[in-house]
Amino acid sequence: MNILVCVKRVPDPAENEIEINKDGSDIDREDLVYSVNEWDNYAVEEAIQIRDQHGGSVTVVSVGDEDSEEILRREMAMGADQGILVSDDAFQGSDGLGLATILKSVAESGNYDLILAGAQSDEGAAQTGGMLAALLDYPYASLVNEIQVQGGDKLQVGREIEGGNQEVNEIELPCVLSIQSGINEPRYVGIRGIRKVSGVEIPEKGASDLGLSEDQVGEQAARVKRVDYFHPEMGEGAEILEGSTEEVAEKLVELLKSKGGLK
Amino acid sequence: MEHLLIPPAEISVLGIPGIFLSLLIPVVGICAFLYIIARRLIPLAKGTSDPRFDRFPTRIKKVLLYWLAQYKQPRYRLAGVLHILIFAGFIILSIRSISLVIMGVNPEFVFPGLDGTSGVVYSVLKDYAATVVLLACIAAGIRRGVFKPERYKVPAKYGTEHTWEAIFVLGLIGGLMVFESLFEATAVAAQAQQGAAVEMVAPLSLAWFFSIVLGAAPIAALQSMHSAAYFLHDLIFFFFLCFLPFGKHFHVISSIFNVVFLKLDRGRVKPVRWDVSDEELDNLESFGVRHLEDFTWKHMLDFYTCVDCGRCSDNCPAATVGRPLSPRFISIKARDHCFDRFPVFGEIKEREPLVGNVFEEDEIWSCTTCGACEEECPVMNEYIDKMVDLRRAMVEEGKVPQSLQKPLGALEKRGNPYGKMEKKRQEWTQELPEGVQVQVAGSKENPETLFFVDSASSFDERLQEIARASATILHYCGEDFGILGKAERDSGHEVRRFGEEMLFQTLRDTNTQAIQNSGAKRLLTSDPHAFNALNKDYADIPPAQHISQFILDKIRSGAIKLKPLQEDVSLVTYHDPCYMGRHNLLYDTPRQILDSIPGLTRVEMERSRDRSFCCGGGGLMLFYEPPEEEQRMGQKRAQMIAETGADLVVSCCPFCLTNLEDGIKTSGKEGQIQIMDLTELVVRHLDWENK
Repeated sequence: MNILVCVKRVPDPAENEIEINKDGSDIDREDLVYSVNEWDNYAVEEAIQIRDQHGGSVTVVSVGDEDSEEILRREMAMGADQGILVSDDAFQGSDGLGLATILKSVAESGNYDLILAGAQSDEGAAQTGGMLAALLDYPYASLVNEIQVQGGDKLQVGREIEGGNQEVNEIELPCVLSIQSGINEPRYVGIRGIRKVSGVEIPEKGASDLGLSEDQVGEQAARVKRVDYFHPEMGEGAEILEGSTEEVAEKLVELLKSKGGLK
Repeated sequence: MEHLLIPPAEISVLGIPGIFLSLLIPVVGICAFLYIIARRLIPLAKGTSDPRFDRFPTRIKKVLLYWLAQYKQPRYRLAGVLHILIFAGFIILSIRSISLVIMGVNPEFVFPGLDGTSGVVYSVLKDYAATVVLLACIAAGIRRGVFKPERYKVPAKYGTEHTWEAIFVLGLIGGLMVFESLFEATAVAAQAQQGAAVEMVAPLSLAWFFSIVLGAAPIAALQSMHSAAYFLHDLIFFFFLCFLPFGKHFHVISSIFNVVFLKLDRGRVKPVRWDVSDEELDNLESFGVRHLEDFTWKHMLDFYTCVDCGRCSDNCPAATVGRPLSPRFISIKARDHCFDRFPVFGEIKEREPLVGNVFEEDEIWSCTTCGACEEECPVMNEYIDKMVDLRRAMVEEGKVPQSLQKPLGALEKRGNPYGKMEKKRQEWTQELPEGVQVQVAGSKENPETLFFVDSASSFDERLQEIARASATILHYCGEDFGILGKAERDSGHEVRRFGEEMLFQTLRDTNTQAIQNSGAKRLLTSDPHAFNALNKDYADIPPAQHISQFILDKIRSGAIKLKPLQEDVSLVTYHDPCYMGRHNLLYDTPRQILDSIPGLTRVEMERSRDRSFCCGGGGLMLFYEPPEEEQRMGQKRAQMIAETGADLVVSCCPFCLTNLEDGIKTSGKEGQIQIMDLTELVVRHLDWENK
């Protein structure tokens, strides 16, 4: 099975202090460190496990600037067979649909049976996977937390449903799945692993390579535009529990029970 | 001496001349033994290199201490004394056994130097030796077979009990003693019966009892017993020799070599490969120990030498709190695997990965590298380097617990396991006591002394107190000191010990550069892990001192004056951090500081100094979540602290502070026991008025 996994380079909140920039258009990108989007990392691990069991190949693709090469290498060190860097000034400012359009071209330029994307990334829109499936006219399952390869051209996928329920679907290949975190335990990638793939060539593709025109992607084509970006004012409702450790713990349990956090 | 009984060389057994048998048994025995040893050496020859052929004067001293004088044995009193008796007897009787073998061919043989008086003295000595060994074997047998001490138990997941082997071998040794004595006693009884000159038999020895019991036995019976005792001794002797390399009694042969080639550098971790420099590491196909052959030859010798005594596991904090690790079975399982793959008879088997077949992943991650096992091992087996090597291979394969991946990622990106921004590393200096200033090296001037803070004391809110207390003490002493600030990275001490060697090297290189740029003449740290790393894992930087060494010097020179103990404390106990004590032998320095506080009464925990019980581990170990654990090490330690009746426990390591504080709180001893870092206690007692 040939698998394409879409990955994105994002600032990890565990390693950064995310603050809004001065003009309120974005986060402050100074002094940030970047990683691969956590959900995407699970998707790559899942793809590698499927490949190891059923054969085929794993390709990771990232739309971004040349810095994104670093996360492609990391995923290749993890075990992905090849990487594709999709980079072009024309892609700047693409909205979700624009991004899905770019990825559609990438998907069509190869012969992929399965396309995986993280459930969401840093911007939390969780839209690219679904749009990509629609553009490709492929079936789609979101928030997938289990994949079993059935004989022939079908997968059985588990989905996490609100409230902790689980749904199992059969889905025809080729398809697009968005992957929920926790589907597996991604392997560790050490510095040595990254160094080992440091010499591997990663092809870079631009708009013309993918046959994309300016009216399809980039800021011009975007039909969703961000108009504001801010951190909401701290509202009322914060409560500080007081008393001894035991009393505080008891009150907390009570609160969690009454609000449905504990059953 | 006149032989009234026919010596073994001259009798005939079922028509076979005795001399033939007494030649045949040793020849077959020795050939078989050499073959077995040759087979056992195959895995060692396939092992990786390990340079242990240096510092021979030191090595000889260690042999005299740990092998000949059995220095570690009495740490377990009864078992240790029994072992010393049996060992000493063996040494004495080795001459007698060799003489006996030769006497089978030449009845007149006398061991060189043992004629005349010295021979008589030796004869008495060996009679008593044999007697003592037999009694010690009986005592040891009863102990193992009847009382069955806890530490010899084999949990079901590790296989079956090893008691039969122990008892069988005790029986063999007992047999050797009985037949050796009987051989002599029959000759003496015959001499006495016929009024000939009687050989000296030590009174009350085994041979003496036999000679009295057999005093009236017919000569023919004495003759039969004499010959039988000889050949049975011969047979048991050579059987025993060949049996040794099949189990835990291999140590009878291998322990001397194990001690000769012991690890001499405490606290140091072996490089990835001894024969590959850091610069060439990228060319290595794989890192660490994946298969048996990836161990060094010395580490395989450790497996052979393991005595299965269980002292390591008895002291292992991970084993004590029910983590899936028992150092004893690291050795035993590896030895069984080695024997299985490289059998004495038959084909050598294909290699298979150790983790997954012989060891479990969490077994290897459970180790805090506290060193209690190594400290206890009577034959000087090593464990930490093996753990690190196994982890190196797991890291390379991506088999790293999820709980460790975040902190490792943060260390790579931000140089600290918390994922905090580099510029926040010096935020602890914002709340210093009045008058205390901390300069950042390289900003204006270059201070003489560089205080290396390391991640825990830089970022953890509670542990920042240690950094501030240290700075206060340095200020009190008028020391010209600074910190690296945002240029500092985690020392990488645990990064290295968790097997992420390349990340460690990156951190080390960044720190080395920053330290060199600072122009500092000496390094100080309040973190024993950083202290160990700077001195043992780094090169080309000034020597590092632990803050307690600095404090003690200043107390002695009079630069630090301490006020009498504050009233809210009546009894103090000290907890030895592993990387202060066992790995750096700084047991007394912190205690002497405590004793310098007027009015302070100190009490020791049962497990203190080199038997200190690890708090739970530092650095990355704080993040590790073991799959099984009955209680936290910190809680276990809190219990031990409570047993002393102390109301204050002092340590001098940020990780001990955090783990023990948690342990005290979570076991409901919060109001009962206070905990403080040594620097905090010293700051509270600094006498500013009479400076």
